[in-house]
Amino acid sequence: MRLAHYLGLLHRAEQELGSALREVGEAHRDEPDVNAICLKLAEDCDAHAAGLEPFARRYGEEADDEPERLHSELFRGTRSGGLGLLRDLHDLYLMACECDIAWTLVGQAARGARDRELVELVEGCEDETALALKWLATRMKVAAPQALVVSP
Amino acid sequence: MPNRIADPWGVRTPFGRGEGWPQRVDSLLADGVAEPDVDRWARSASLLHSNGDAMDIAVKDGRIVGVRGRAQDRVNHGRLDPKDLYGWQANNSPDRLTRPLVRDGDELVETDWETAMGRVVTRSRELLERPGGWGHFGFYTSGQLFLEDYYTLAVIGKAGIGTPHMDGNTRLCTATAASALKASFGTDGQPASYTDVDHCDALALFGHNVAATQTVLWMRMLDRRAGADPPRLLAVDPRATPVAREADIHLAPRSGTNQALLNGLIRELIERDWIDRGYVDQHTLGFEELAATVAPYTPERVAEVCDVPAARVSAAAELVGTCERLLSTVLQGFYQSNQATAAACQVNNLHLLRGMLGHPGAGVLQMNGQPTAQNTRETGANGDLSGMRNWANPRHVRELAELWNVDVDTIPHWAPPTHAMQIWRYAEQGSIKLLWISATNPAVSLPELERVRAILAREDLTVVVQDLFLTETARLADVVLPAATWGEKTGTFTNADRTVHLSEQAVEPPGEARPDLDIFLDYARRMDFRDRDGEPLIKWSDPESAFEAWKACSRGRPCDYGVLTYERLRGGSGLQWGPERLYADGVFNTPTDYTEGYGNDLRTGAESSEQEHRAKAPEGRAFLHAAAYEPPPEAPDEDYPLLLTTGRSVYHFHTRTKTGRAPELDAAAPEVWIELSARDAGAAGVSEGDRVTVRSRRGAVEAPVRVGDIREGVVFVPFHYGYWDRAPGAAHVRAANELTLTSWDPVSKQPIFKVAAVRLER
Repeated sequence: MRLAHYLGLLHRAEQELGSALREVGEAHRDEPDVNAICLKLAEDCDAHAAGLEPFARRYGEEADDEPERLHSELFRGTRSGGLGLLRDLHDLYLMACECDIAWTLVGQAARGARDRELVELVEGCEDETALALKWLATRMKVAAPQALVVSP
Repeated sequence: MPNRIADPWGVRTPFGRGEGWPQRVDSLLADGVAEPDVDRWARSASLLHSNGDAMDIAVKDGRIVGVRGRAQDRVNHGRLDPKDLYGWQANNSPDRLTRPLVRDGDELVETDWETAMGRVVTRSRELLERPGGWGHFGFYTSGQLFLEDYYTLAVIGKAGIGTPHMDGNTRLCTATAASALKASFGTDGQPASYTDVDHCDALALFGHNVAATQTVLWMRMLDRRAGADPPRLLAVDPRATPVAREADIHLAPRSGTNQALLNGLIRELIERDWIDRGYVDQHTLGFEELAATVAPYTPERVAEVCDVPAARVSAAAELVGTCERLLSTVLQGFYQSNQATAAACQVNNLHLLRGMLGHPGAGVLQMNGQPTAQNTRETGANGDLSGMRNWANPRHVRELAELWNVDVDTIPHWAPPTHAMQIWRYAEQGSIKLLWISATNPAVSLPELERVRAILAREDLTVVVQDLFLTETARLADVVLPAATWGEKTGTFTNADRTVHLSEQAVEPPGEARPDLDIFLDYARRMDFRDRDGEPLIKWSDPESAFEAWKACSRGRPCDYGVLTYERLRGGSGLQWGPERLYADGVFNTPTDYTEGYGNDLRTGAESSEQEHRAKAPEGRAFLHAAAYEPPPEAPDEDYPLLLTTGRSVYHFHTRTKTGRAPELDAAAPEVWIELSARDAGAAGVSEGDRVTVRSRRGAVEAPVRVGDIREGVVFVPFHYGYWDRAPGAAHVRAANELTLTSWDPVSKQPIFKVAAVRLER
């Protein structure tokens, strides 16, 4: 069974999203909503990753069989200013998309494996990830016209 | 009449349940003036709080000489708040602005209207020529203008300049009321009526110090409490306010934990089956999720999070759970605190679960803080789409485009309107370059004042201030426009139970001061805003024609003013829009094509789409929203071990611009104070009257101590006090908002004034 591979991938994706959310939140302290909500969402990522751990053990994730890094290309640190905020949120959005689709696929596999517990974990985490995406989209949609159209 | 400074609520006129509230006419005339001396009376209502108390203004020799409550009015039955009895004197203040001012280096110098408006218009045109010119404008208005002023401003902003950057002080006072009403019931609009006080058998006041904020409403409650068959009273407030002392049950939760408390109350209702299953099934959506969310909030858990006795939580639940006619009110203790919208929605939930909406005595009032806040929301001067329309609904936007005869793309509707705190942020970052502030004083009322002053002082920001006095904000302006106020201009406004009053011009404004409507109309004319046919965009020219234009905009929407006219408002007294109570039939404004918004996630504010809303098929059912408790953004720590909460004095309104200029009100509460519990005072080694400093990470306030009945660990500082009556250059250690933090509710975007970590210094 190769489910372990995807569980590992997702685990890492959640951890990376969590740490990117923290970085972006800290870098944009002057945008209190971005700061507060990024930190909140980062806690969700921690919980998602923690939730995956027993399943990773169950399906035999092994340290020496580490999956390739998905996200190294997506996030290379924060930027500043209105456009910088937009770019940072955009990065987070793409990283959250990775998590989102990985949850979908893990959910499919969990159903195939008749693993009710994993299905339940997926259902909760999927909803929270969808919400994170929705918030990121909402916030970017608000920020984009001012950042992209209005001259500084 | 008794001394209403010593006794703000006056003598009791008890009445029993369902009996009419007796009249009691309060009036005050200047020394040496008796009623027969008065030349004429001009009808009006209060502009110094949100209750909408009707009054007549006494005029003698062209000057305001007093006020008298209107006995026949549905709101106050003749009574007046002490702020109204004395506050009119501010109109006659010698330091009123009488000429426009423009900045000349470090100084503001007097000029004429031509020069002042010329500067505003030249700068506006210059900015509009740049790419994304609309994005350089920010309009920050008030809760004290009139409906006609707001509607005109809204059309100028949305259809003239085409900017989404319109908001105002109402964001600080009433945004959560609007958000919670939209979230639960589909659109804004208060479900209840003040007459519900007359019929209820239980009153629940959530973070609402009504004794200070709406004294006449409190008189009505006290009169019921003094009569036969009085209603029981629940108060939720960290301080032992007069409301809390009168209450049968007082809950003083730890600051920032309202959501946990309310989840606990709702859990009790469900557990003990104090809910109307039939109503819930037929008229609501979301019960299962709500029940699951509140399930962990046992009285014991609530006791732990909120630091209130578990038994008292159960007793409070019993009070609201077993009464037959419950009236709840909500205000700043919820709106300006952590998880504002979520907690305010839980109060709506109490009523939905119990089926207690829309019939006499059963209702919820998501109160307003400012007298005309309701009108900013209705007209869209706060950024909402005019007429309680939905910015995300293309059909709603098209209706406005047709009404205003402009291209649909002129009206900004690509995202939610820019909320106040974001407008200030854009100004701080330099992309907003012209900030027009009307009738409010952000240099005292916004959080984190050091930052606000720095923004106002920016070289690249043109600040236009339209006001009565040289406020703390006006001092930092580039152009100051002297405005006429209450009693000097005509217009309408609407209170927290949807009662509309006409306020007539009684006297001429001082010097060259002009009505706000005239200022906006003048700007529109000079900017030459045009519609699609090349006709002037603004087609009205005076208050009554503006009101009629607004009526056309409100047509078919919940706030339809269609049946109201100036003539009808002159004929009687205050009239409500809509029926006396909304939602009597349990049918809410939630159909997807009608709703004012498609909904937000309470935790993050993430916007739902039309498709998501449609998929829920609400079809007139109300939403039961659920949210787990989350801790506030700033908690006490070793360095800052106490929690600050800000609030109000019964003698002052907002930043004392008017009430500080009424001698009796000023004398009643001339100075800021710092209120502490006896234990915290003892621990700090300070006693009553000692001068201490409260410091947060953002600033400090120095003031004498009052040892009061307040939660241990909590420091209270009233927010009214600023610097206009201090020597120029005085240190910035008087305004409570030196201490507060820049943070806001994710849904309503209302800043958090009720939770900030502070410490005491001797």
